[in-house]
Amino acid sequence: MSIRRRIVTIVSLFALGAIAVVLWAPTVGSTSISLSRAFDTGIAWEDNVDAQIFFVARLPRVLSGALVGAALAAAGVVLQAMLRNPLATPFTLGVSSGGALGAMLAIAFGLEVGLMGVSSIPIASFAGSLVAIGIVYWLASSQKRGLSTNVLLLAGVTLNSFFSAVILFVQYMADFTESFRTVRWLMGDLDVGSYSPIIAALPFIVAAFAMFAILPRTLNLLTLGEDVAAARGVEVIRTQRLAFLSASLATGAAVSLGGPIGFIGIVVPHLVRLMVGSDHRVVLPASALFGAAFTVLCDLTARTIMAPLELPVGIITALIGGPFFLWLLVKKS
Amino acid sequence: MTTGRHTKATNNTKAFVLFMLCFVVFVPFVLAFQSKPQRIISLVPALTEMLFAIGAGPQVVAVSSYDEYPSEVKGLPRVGALIDPDTERIIALKPDLVITYGSQVDLQSQMKRAGIASFDYRHGGLGHILVTMKELGARTGRTAEAEQAVAAIETRLAAVRASVAGKRRPRTLLVFSREPKTLRNMYVSGGRGFLHDMLEIAGGEDVFNDIDKESVQVSTETILARAPEVIIELRPEAIPAGPPMRDELASWGRLASVPAVRNRKVIFIAGHAVTVPGPRVAESVERMAKALHP
Repeated sequence: MSIRRRIVTIVSLFALGAIAVVLWAPTVGSTSISLSRAFDTGIAWEDNVDAQIFFVARLPRVLSGALVGAALAAAGVVLQAMLRNPLATPFTLGVSSGGALGAMLAIAFGLEVGLMGVSSIPIASFAGSLVAIGIVYWLASSQKRGLSTNVLLLAGVTLNSFFSAVILFVQYMADFTESFRTVRWLMGDLDVGSYSPIIAALPFIVAAFAMFAILPRTLNLLTLGEDVAAARGVEVIRTQRLAFLSASLATGAAVSLGGPIGFIGIVVPHLVRLMVGSDHRVVLPASALFGAAFTVLCDLTARTIMAPLELPVGIITALIGGPFFLWLLVKKS
Repeated sequence: MTTGRHTKATNNTKAFVLFMLCFVVFVPFVLAFQSKPQRIISLVPALTEMLFAIGAGPQVVAVSSYDEYPSEVKGLPRVGALIDPDTERIIALKPDLVITYGSQVDLQSQMKRAGIASFDYRHGGLGHILVTMKELGARTGRTAEAEQAVAAIETRLAAVRASVAGKRRPRTLLVFSREPKTLRNMYVSGGRGFLHDMLEIAGGEDVFNDIDKESVQVSTETILARAPEVIIELRPEAIPAGPPMRDELASWGRLASVPAVRNRKVIFIAGHAVTVPGPRVAESVERMAKALHP
């Protein structure tokens, strides 16, 4: 009972923090707007600049930041537990490079097929992620004994380098302006400009979180070792498959929405563990919430610190996250 | 007899020495004076255009892989471009002048070692285009033609300036690129560079005048806040009328409060010419002026 209460308390605190950030972030920006004007339905939409800045420019950014942050942080937790490797990130298994390659191809070949208001780049990126997931999964399950974590890790690392090489090739062959756009895409960008990409990514992220919800207890056992977990009645192979698929799905959807924003998937889980311990029933939801708040705050910094210039959000996540994480490591040890 | 022969021989020697002296001193002087490069390789498309505009076209023997204009370049050998110049092919083509971009320092030092002269160029403002044309003229022995070509451009620019003088200058957003069918990853003109200068001559006021950069990535928020009255979007290819054009305009439609969007002042200018800082700049300024002040 007391454990349960602890979980509820901690997760509620993180939830309150995340909600506060998500509510506050759209009110701040490079321009000052009047909130009462923004919510005044008496003013025609065409005349209401404040409402457009709030609803068109800022809210989609904040929402996509929250989604991407939550997905990457949670995927990081799941993969670190499943692979029993503290260095694992959502990008370790090659999913994001598959997504990046898809996006690069769409940019370099000027693909212009859109679907329901979503442009070709996120669609191609998600398709690339799915290809990468398929390859890793097929490699790892070709062995009878289920997903070997070592094979998974090696396959992921190899796939990452392979895709990176293809990406470099595509960039090298692309036109000059296109190759700049591809480089920019790799730095991450949450200014999605409309709600359609968010709505398109949402079902996949929701599905991934539904699978995450079943995982924490078994992940706790899995971190003790596969044999121990099996002895306690965990269906190891099934759990690993579920963990791999859910984390990959979340990563693929997040990367297609905001680009491969680095650092969130590795730093946030560790930060949260340093704060609340290692019980995945707390770490997983808390990381998702903290990841959402952290990403939204980093994007807020990216869009205001040099306004009217924009900074790529991936630079900010690493610049803020890196030193903060080192400080916490030193302080805790 | 002997004396006579001797004198003759001495005279011959003297004449020969004198001749050699003249040759050694004078010939290089003459050569230096009228050394018109006869085999030019241009790695910068804008400068290739300039060479043809000042009549040095026949001296061009190879161009970069991005060169498309004028049509004479189509049959010329390609020797790479900004990041991948093919040094071996360049040297094999025995050029006497290689036009490089300022950042190609490796290529420049290789040319120096090979004893090949190079002309180093960097993009600048609109004035820099005209200066470069004159410099190229002097370098290729086409001084008069270059002066003439520059004067023609200056006359046309002056005419545009005169035609927009006194007119209200609409606050204009000049867009170079964005993700197709969305407003993501938008790059626009800042307060510097030839495109900015072109916009100012054409009678528009750049809404990002205050940012001292050639190209700026801007968010939808900044565009809403700056509220441009006209949006000019430069496109390499024309957008077909009908559904594709409707799609492109629909993405701008999301920023309904922007005056340019409300008053249907989103204008697309198509073609590679506009984005090349070369001799076709006057024509592009005229097109911009027509868009801004119909």
